[in-house]
This record gives sequence, C-alpha cells and structure tokens, in this order.
Amino acid sequence: MSVSSAVQAAGEADGGCAVRTHRLTKRFRSGQVAVNAVDLAVPRGSVYGFVGPNGSGKTTTIRMLLGLVRPTAGRHELLGLSMPRQAGRVLPAVGALVEGPAFHPYLSGPANLRRLDAVDRTADPRSAGPRIGAALERVGLSSAGNKRYRNYSLGMRQRLAIAAALLRPRDLLILDEPTNGLDPQGTREVRSLVTRLSQEGVTVMLSTHLLSEVEQVCTHVGVMRTGSLIAQSSLAQLRGSTATGVRVETSCPQAAAAVLIECGLGGVVPGPGVVQADLGPYEPEALVVALVRAEVPVRGFTCVQPTLEELFVSLTGEGFDVDG
Amino acid sequence: MSTADGATIVSGREGTDPRRGSARALRWGAGTALRADLRLFGSEFGLHLVRRRNWAGVGVLLSVPIILAVCVKVTSDGNTDGAGPGFLTAVTDNGLFVALAALTMELPLFLPLAMATICADTVAGEANTGTLRYLLVVPVHRTRLLIIKYLAVLVAFTGALLLLVVVGWAIGTALFGGGSLTTLSGEQISFWAGVGRLLLVCLYIDVCFAGLAAIGMFVSTLTEQPLAVVIATVAVATISQVLDTVPQLSSIHGYLPTHHWMAFADLFREPVALGSIRPGILSALAYAAIFLSAAWARFGDKDITC
Repeated sequence: MSVSSAVQAAGEADGGCAVRTHRLTKRFRSGQVAVNAVDLAVPRGSVYGFVGPNGSGKTTTIRMLLGLVRPTAGRHELLGLSMPRQAGRVLPAVGALVEGPAFHPYLSGPANLRRLDAVDRTADPRSAGPRIGAALERVGLSSAGNKRYRNYSLGMRQRLAIAAALLRPRDLLILDEPTNGLDPQGTREVRSLVTRLSQEGVTVMLSTHLLSEVEQVCTHVGVMRTGSLIAQSSLAQLRGSTATGVRVETSCPQAAAAVLIECGLGGVVPGPGVVQADLGPYEPEALVVALVRAEVPVRGFTCVQPTLEELFVSLTGEGFDVDG
Repeated sequence: MSTADGATIVSGREGTDPRRGSARALRWGAGTALRADLRLFGSEFGLHLVRRRNWAGVGVLLSVPIILAVCVKVTSDGNTDGAGPGFLTAVTDNGLFVALAALTMELPLFLPLAMATICADTVAGEANTGTLRYLLVVPVHRTRLLIIKYLAVLVAFTGALLLLVVVGWAIGTALFGGGSLTTLSGEQISFWAGVGRLLLVCLYIDVCFAGLAAIGMFVSTLTEQPLAVVIATVAVATISQVLDTVPQLSSIHGYLPTHHWMAFADLFREPVALGSIRPGILSALAYAAIFLSAAWARFGDKDITC
C-alpha cells in the first residue's frame, strides 16, 4: 500500500527503522492466523502508535518482535539487527512492557527491579542501586518503599512495569497499553514521559486502543485489524491525505452556499442553519471576507479537522471499533 | 564503563548501541561472565529463600526428627520395630541415628514433595505470574536460565537436607548422647567418622534427587500451573516406589528413578558397600541428563504466550 511505502522511504531517509518486519506471520497450532504477513516500519526517533481493537494481533506481533513467540513465517529486525538470532545483543537496548505488568507478588518493587537487573548479564551490578532509584523516581514510585508488590494498586503495578523498561538507557521502548489502569493524572504523566523520552532520542512503539492517546503523543501510526496491518503512515501524512472541511453557521444557508460555490469550493452541502464544504486550497480568511461582503449573516465559521477516527474510516472504508 | 578485568559493562547511554555489541563481546572476560552467572544464581536462590511457603516446608521437614526423637525418648521401652533399615531401633544407641531415621522416613514422600515444590516455582511458577516473559526480554538466554535455575534448585534442596540432618543430629545427641557408634554391619566407628558418613549420605541423596529435580524441571516447562508440577513430580516418585514393590516387575526395578534411593543405608556399613551406591549414582545422573535435555528442548523454542 502506498502509505506504508512512504513511511518506509521516510524511515530509510532518517537512518533506518528501529523496528522492521517482513511478512511477519503467526499461525497458531489451532490453525488460526493471529498475525498475517505484517510489514511494520517504525522509523527511528518516532513515537509509533500501534492501534487496533482487542484481538487484532497487536500483542502477538509484539511478542514476536521481542522473541517470545516464534513467527511461522517472515522475519524482522530491531535496531537494525535481526531477531531472534541477535536477541542477546539487541534486547539490552530495548525496554518492553508486554501485556500488563507481572512481578513476584511477595517481593517489593525495588527488589523486583533488582531481580530483573540481576538477570541482565550486561548490566553493571555496582550501578544497579542508583539506576533502580532513578527508574522508580521517573515513574513516581520512590515513595512506595518496601511495600510488597501484591499490595500495589493497578496503577502502581503499571508504573513499576514502566520503571522496569527504564532500568537502563534504551534506544527503543515497546510499550503495550502503557496507560492501562492508570488514573487521569497517571495517564497524563505517562504521556509526558513518553514525549520526554522521545525528545531524548528514544524510539517508542506504543500499542493502544485509545485513539486520543495516538492523537496526543504519536508521530506515526500503524493500524491492525484481524491480524493484518491495514494502514501505516506518519500522522501528518494521514492528516494531509484527508480534506479539511469548512463549516459556516448562518441563518441564510442558501446565500452562504452560493458564495462558497462562487469562491470555487467543492462539496458544498447546505443544511438547516449550517453549510459545510471542503476547504481545498483556499484561504479561510478570504472566505470569511467574501461571505461578509455578500452580506451573509455569519454566526460562526470553523475549519473542521477530521478526527482520527474519521480518518481511519476514510482510510479503511469501514468503522474502527475502538473498544473491540 | 570498564571493570577491573577489562570487561565492558553497560551502565551509560554510550554502551547501549547494539551495533557495538560485537566489540563489547570480545572484551568480555571470563571473570565477568562468571560474576554475571553468580549474580543470576544468587537471585534465583534468593527467590527460594524469601518465600515463606518454603520455610513452612522446611519446618515440616524439621519436625520429623524432633517428633521422632522426643517420642522415642518419652516411650522408654523404645519399641520401634519395623521402621526403616534398622536406624530407628538404633537411635537410643547414638544421636546420629536420629538424623538417619528421619531421612529414612522423609525419603519416600516429604523430600520428593519439597523438591517438586521448588521445581514448580522455577519455570511454571514464573510463567504463572507472567514474570517469565519479562525475564526473557531482559534478555536472558533460555539455556542459561534453565541451567542456573536447576543449580539453584539443587542448592536450595541441599540446604534443606543439611538443615534436616543437623537438626536431627543435634536433638539426637542432646537426648541420646554422641560418641562412637555401631554401624549396621556391627563394627564400631568413631563419632567423626560417623559425621563423615552422614555427609556422604547427604551427598548421595542429593545426587539421587538431582535426577528427580530434572524430571520436575521438565514438567515445569510443560505447564503454567505450578500445582500441576508438584502433583506430577510427586506422582512420578510415588508410582516408581509402588512399582518397585511389585515382584512381577523385578526386571524393570533397576530402571525406576527411586529404586536406589534407600541404598544410602549401605554407607553405614563397614566397609562401605558400594554395590548399590554406584548404580544409584549412575541412574540419577542418567535421569538428570535425559530430563534436562528434554526440558531444554521443550523450553528452548517454546512460545511464551502467558
């Protein structure tokens, strides 16, 4: 598809992709195809929103990316190194949150992080203490102290999982539903954390089913549906591909419609008390002047950016059920 | 940053570029690799240590020699015929025999149960809590993880076994006295020779249970339910012991995983009868090799979907 090849070109222009898959496929033993020939291209430095309803194959794809699940067909690279063959070299530079937090319930948060750090043969044990402290600080868990993980709230658990992903400096973060279970305050914190990390040069791949999240933090987006990647593009391209609309509130819709047609706008639809049209290449300011000169009583004039959801509908030709 | 032996360890931003990994790997000294393995081993062993459930289990194991010694002491007639290979009748003779009698009583069920419980935690337990997927993406090589988990299980079991023997010996000595002791074949050996024999017994039981541990680890890679591992592993030990009592099956007795366990008593003969010790060790090593390979084959390319 043309959108995805555009992203690929963009990715290669700025130094390759942090995540690249080639016809990645997973067929379960039951015969069900969970992921079907997916070609992901996550450009370095991007915040990539990986969206799709529950059960669309996002998590299975992420598990394959990280080497937890073996693909039935296809191959993939992380940070330019082929997986899973070079997992030992590439994964230390990758932080991951896979399908919710999971820790030993009878250990405290810091003890759980120490445990994960002890598993990493390339981590320096002498710097473990400060690194764990910094990671906990970053997600706002410093005050949790030695409380056992089993007594953590869902939000604290989610934060601890993010802290584990930040245990050392990473080049790529793969975060599966990172704001799941967080209160609005926590959600905001995680989003600003993602933005900050991105500014530091970390590539972030963020799986979510919240389109608002994509709208707020992502630069790129890939859409999964029933195991296939149905769209992939930068958010700017996606927006550019659909027309901005004009909405004029007026008591004389017919007169307003006539002015807009005269100005050359297409898709003019007069309704009761309102006229809608495609903006096209025209200046909104000039349109307002033209309307006022024609003595059309204008109550309101708005340029309408289609919502992301509408974009997905226009892109895929069908509705996108955000809640699965 | 560099460590004293020249190995480079990542703790700053500059070290995380995976394309520099090959250069880094070259500078990896054997000492650093060993230290990293020891750190992982310490973490695995620590997980066994911090579980209160495990200490409750140790409590159960330790209760046997205590109850045994106290009961024998209280019932002055000491009528204990028909229990174990002659150790129970000898406990009043020397306190060391309390430890041996306790081992005899715990060998069929309690010790396999203890081993099964800690094996269940290793892979199935981590899969059950979901921590396994986070371990593997750290990353850690699956073979390395499996081997170190196996070693941690063996060390944890050895610790429990030594505690059991020490407590048995201590309460036995306190209630019945120490000194030189009479072996099962009638000769006298010195007290310290007796302690040495006791340690040899522990070593032998440890080797025997290394085979059972490999079976437990294998089952642990098959399921995400730790309880299933406990049941399956104890079932293997129990069925093996049941089959061992069926005379019609005598041709397969030598191949049963538990067949040689009780041979530890031969270490308390003078001279030591190696006739059944040697096949016991070989059998346990064979079971360990077979089932560790099976666990490795199973775990090596298993899809982690939990």
